[in-house]
Amino acid sequence: MIHFVLLISRQGKVRLTKWYSTYSKKERSKVLRELSGVILTRGPRLCNFVEWRGLKVVYKRYASLYFCMCIDPDGNELEILEIIHHYVEVLDRYFGSVCELDLIYNFHKAYYILDEILISGELQESSKRTVVRSVAAQDSLVEAAKEETGSTISNIIAHAAK
Amino acid sequence: MGSQGGFYQSKEFLDLVKSIGEARSKAEEDRIVLSEIETLKRRISEPDTPKRKMKEYIIRLVYVEMLGHDASFGYIHAVKMTHDDTLLVKRTGYLAVTLFLNEDHDLIILIVNTIQKDLKSDNYLVVCVALNAVCKLINEETIPAVLPQIVELLAHPKEAVRKKAIMALHRFYQKSPSSVSHLVSNFRKRLCDNDPGVMGATLCPLFDLITNDVNSYKDLVISFVSILKQVAERRLPKAYDYHQMPAPFIQIKLLKILALLGSGDKQASENMYTVVGDIFRKCDSSSNIGNAILYECICCVSSIYPNPKLLESAADAISRFLKSDSHNLKYMGIDALGRLIKISPEIAEQHQLAVIDCLEDPDDTLKRKTFELLYKMTKSTNVEVIVDRMIDYMISINDNHYKTEIASRCVELAEQFAPSNQWFIQTMNKVFEHAGDLVNIKVAHNLMRLIAEGFGEDDNTADSQLRSSAVESYLYILGEPKLPSVFLQVICWVLGEYGTADGKYSASYITGKLCDVAEAYSNDETVKAYAVTALMKIYAFEIAAGRMVDMLPECHSLMEEFLASHSTDLQQRAYELQAVIGLDAHAVESIMPSDASCEDIEVDKALSFLNGYIQESIEKGAQPYIPESERSGMLNISNFRNQDHHEASSHGLRFEAYELPKQTVQARIPPASLASTELVPVPEPVYPRESYQTTTVPSVSSDAASTELKLRLDGVQKKWGRQTHFPSTSTSNSTSQKTVNGITQVDGSNTANSRTRETYDSRKQVEISPEKQKLAASLFGGPSKTEKKSATGHKSSKPSSHMVKSHAPKSSMEVASEKTSPVQQPPDLLDFGEPTVKSTAPSLDPFKDLEGLLEPTTQVSSAVNHSSTAAVTKSPDIMGLYTETPAGAHHKDSDILSGLSNSPMTNMVGGTTTMQVAQTSKSPNLKDSLEKDALVRQMGVTPSSQNPNLFKDLLG
Repeated sequence: MIHFVLLISRQGKVRLTKWYSTYSKKERSKVLRELSGVILTRGPRLCNFVEWRGLKVVYKRYASLYFCMCIDPDGNELEILEIIHHYVEVLDRYFGSVCELDLIYNFHKAYYILDEILISGELQESSKRTVVRSVAAQDSLVEAAKEETGSTISNIIAHAAK
Repeated sequence: MGSQGGFYQSKEFLDLVKSIGEARSKAEEDRIVLSEIETLKRRISEPDTPKRKMKEYIIRLVYVEMLGHDASFGYIHAVKMTHDDTLLVKRTGYLAVTLFLNEDHDLIILIVNTIQKDLKSDNYLVVCVALNAVCKLINEETIPAVLPQIVELLAHPKEAVRKKAIMALHRFYQKSPSSVSHLVSNFRKRLCDNDPGVMGATLCPLFDLITNDVNSYKDLVISFVSILKQVAERRLPKAYDYHQMPAPFIQIKLLKILALLGSGDKQASENMYTVVGDIFRKCDSSSNIGNAILYECICCVSSIYPNPKLLESAADAISRFLKSDSHNLKYMGIDALGRLIKISPEIAEQHQLAVIDCLEDPDDTLKRKTFELLYKMTKSTNVEVIVDRMIDYMISINDNHYKTEIASRCVELAEQFAPSNQWFIQTMNKVFEHAGDLVNIKVAHNLMRLIAEGFGEDDNTADSQLRSSAVESYLYILGEPKLPSVFLQVICWVLGEYGTADGKYSASYITGKLCDVAEAYSNDETVKAYAVTALMKIYAFEIAAGRMVDMLPECHSLMEEFLASHSTDLQQRAYELQAVIGLDAHAVESIMPSDASCEDIEVDKALSFLNGYIQESIEKGAQPYIPESERSGMLNISNFRNQDHHEASSHGLRFEAYELPKQTVQARIPPASLASTELVPVPEPVYPRESYQTTTVPSVSSDAASTELKLRLDGVQKKWGRQTHFPSTSTSNSTSQKTVNGITQVDGSNTANSRTRETYDSRKQVEISPEKQKLAASLFGGPSKTEKKSATGHKSSKPSSHMVKSHAPKSSMEVASEKTSPVQQPPDLLDFGEPTVKSTAPSLDPFKDLEGLLEPTTQVSSAVNHSSTAAVTKSPDIMGLYTETPAGAHHKDSDILSGLSNSPMTNMVGGTTTMQVAQTSKSPNLKDSLEKDALVRQMGVTPSSQNPNLFKDLLG
């Protein structure tokens, strides 16, 4: 199980945090502090894994952004690396060659996408196409909703009149 | 799909993000965030805020909270937002609450109702959003509120809903297994879902279910095997392919499940052999995902009933991992090796040099993993080397968490495999000295027990040698300036017990040392208590031996201090010491028999030795004792009072009753007399008390006595509360665990011995330094037997081929990097380089993988780009070059932050430079990034100026 997902920039700025296990606010900032200290200072060519408080953190750097996931000690680290990559690929498809700026300003979108890939710390969907489609479906409805804010009400009225 | 990344937010928000990006210090950032919080607080509570605005505020709250600040004032607004009718707003509301609230938050109860409503929605997207929230927010108490609806959703026409419903049930199972135990059949049914996504999701709960109860799912082995077979044969839709592997995540999950089902079950395992073997063959070991599957296969093979052919494949895969240049693969290889040696221990020696390389690797993660492996393969022949290495490493690190872990491992190995007592004690000394207070106190107790008991052999001289050497080493160690408390406790105890036992050291020498300890660590009461008791023992032994006791002056002053100590425990110990010294040799000897710490103490629960006294009292007219159970009435009153009342009521007059409590007290609980005897050392009652004290029966175990004891002490508890605590904790351990340890010890060494004999080897490695060779020999077996002649040739050929292999790609990479980026560091910014470099032929372009990932449109452009700017793209950190050259403004770190924090002046220049940079560097997505850049600047935000990293494609 994945306990949490963190996106940290090279300067230690937090770009996204998602907690699947229960952490209090205090613990959260402690985790962030500790892990960014550990991960950002690791040299190149080392393992993409860090053992941390009895758990394992798998991280991968994309441009200047670190994607980190924390898993149980018996997890398959290579698989987690690929889950990270899977997420990045979906982000890339969605944003169209994603860059850090996209994630900074649209972090909520990144959350929506993550919610379609991971749920309660497990991989729920491994098909990129399915993920992108379901996020797009939500988006298109959102777009539609934007345009016809009034019409939903009229729909309901029409429905009720039947 | 094109860029969906428009910026819906207002300029205000963009400004906020920008100013935070520019903040130079954490304090500045905090200031900005705090003022943002103030703004939001004000705005959010304004009436009639339009929904769109509100939505933005909530997103800003999420942002604030993400930066580690408290946004709890807005939680209720997020909750309210989930009630909204429009999906747009609702989705934001749900996102915010899932991020804000932990499952134990009070507000959740307010959301449950909304969730219930939304789960019934006929818009499947609403249902999906609600299900996401269910997975995060529903706790044990609220499960029943939504469970029936979620079960219904398992049959929803939309696969997205079914999938999420399954995941929700999985979450419920984790929270409270009983809540969904009746739904197992549903999981089984969903395994046959038409949609592979739903099937894949179903594997999650099934994995958990099977972990907890393997036997109920043995019938599914065939199904799992056939699913895995189909997946491996690419029967799933193409969309599930990942880097040319068919549905690898599903394969991995299935392999995990099979590993559980096949564990120790020959019949089930036989069904799996073919498919696992197929996967071994089909796996592409040049891609990371292929290796992930291979690793899972190894785990599976080492868990199921062993099959020689599969074991061979697994061993092959492991050696490929270990020989790889990638640290990740080495790490996995070490881990896999640790799994496989349980079944075939002999494979470890093939890889001894690889293991040693990993042990000496600068990468801490790899090192630790290797220690874990060594820990698993420790036996009595290599324990010294391994534990020494572990201790060296332990000394070198600061991470307390890991220090504790490795210290306890050292202790465990030392206890299990120690070749000699001497070594054991020295090792323990080192562990205590360096890991000190991180070591579990039990370890200290074990050590004391071990010294007291010896190694369970009947040889008394060996035991006393052990003790003398312990005493000697401790006296030496006491010279150290600062020692951890736990260790000092051990030292004091051992010196007290055995300091004078062999006659080498005089009592005054030892007591002097003990006084020094008590003085030097004057703020550690536990250590002082140990020291005083040790003093008492020494003096008692002296008296018993008929020698004159002659207290040192410093001891006197120490005693005076303790007699007036605020710690009642210390005070009591000091008084006891005083009392003991005043006694004659005979009395002392029965109080403090020497070397009796592990004598069994016979507890006379019936306290028969008091029979005479009771008889006498009864003859004098005292009431006989009536057991509690036989008494009637006065049910709900505590024992203590019960008794008093009882007796008081039976006796009319108080004067005679005065004697009675005394009688019962002494009749039943000797320790209770403690209170009275403490100040006036009357020999008679002291006997039972002292024998209890020194030999320390854990009388707590005898329940009758213990309850009495507690009750009786009620009156004086405040004063004497801690007294009983210390001696009993320190030694109760020794009696209880004695036998267990004796047995494990013998067992452990026996099996280990027989095993090591098989794995001796004495192969010579030509190109390896003698030091490493030596280490290898000591780790993997002494150079005594030559069993495997064939292995020599085999081995020596292997490393050389490995060298050739690894060299080629490396050099090509080196060339590339030299050509392109002398400024910045090597091309592993994007990890893409890693998996390709390590494994395959040098001709393979590291970016080949990438091309497959990108959209068809970008693929073309990237292909073009590859040829035109091959040198540029080769080194992914080329950005570094660009930041430095065109702008002229020489920024040391080419990162977003410094870029963002540009002064307005350079900002103007920056605008153009970014364009340039974007053009040259990010050519695959040139248009996109330009658009983005333009858009951002249109909004009045120039976030990047000099810093192109922000625009840099994450995917390279």
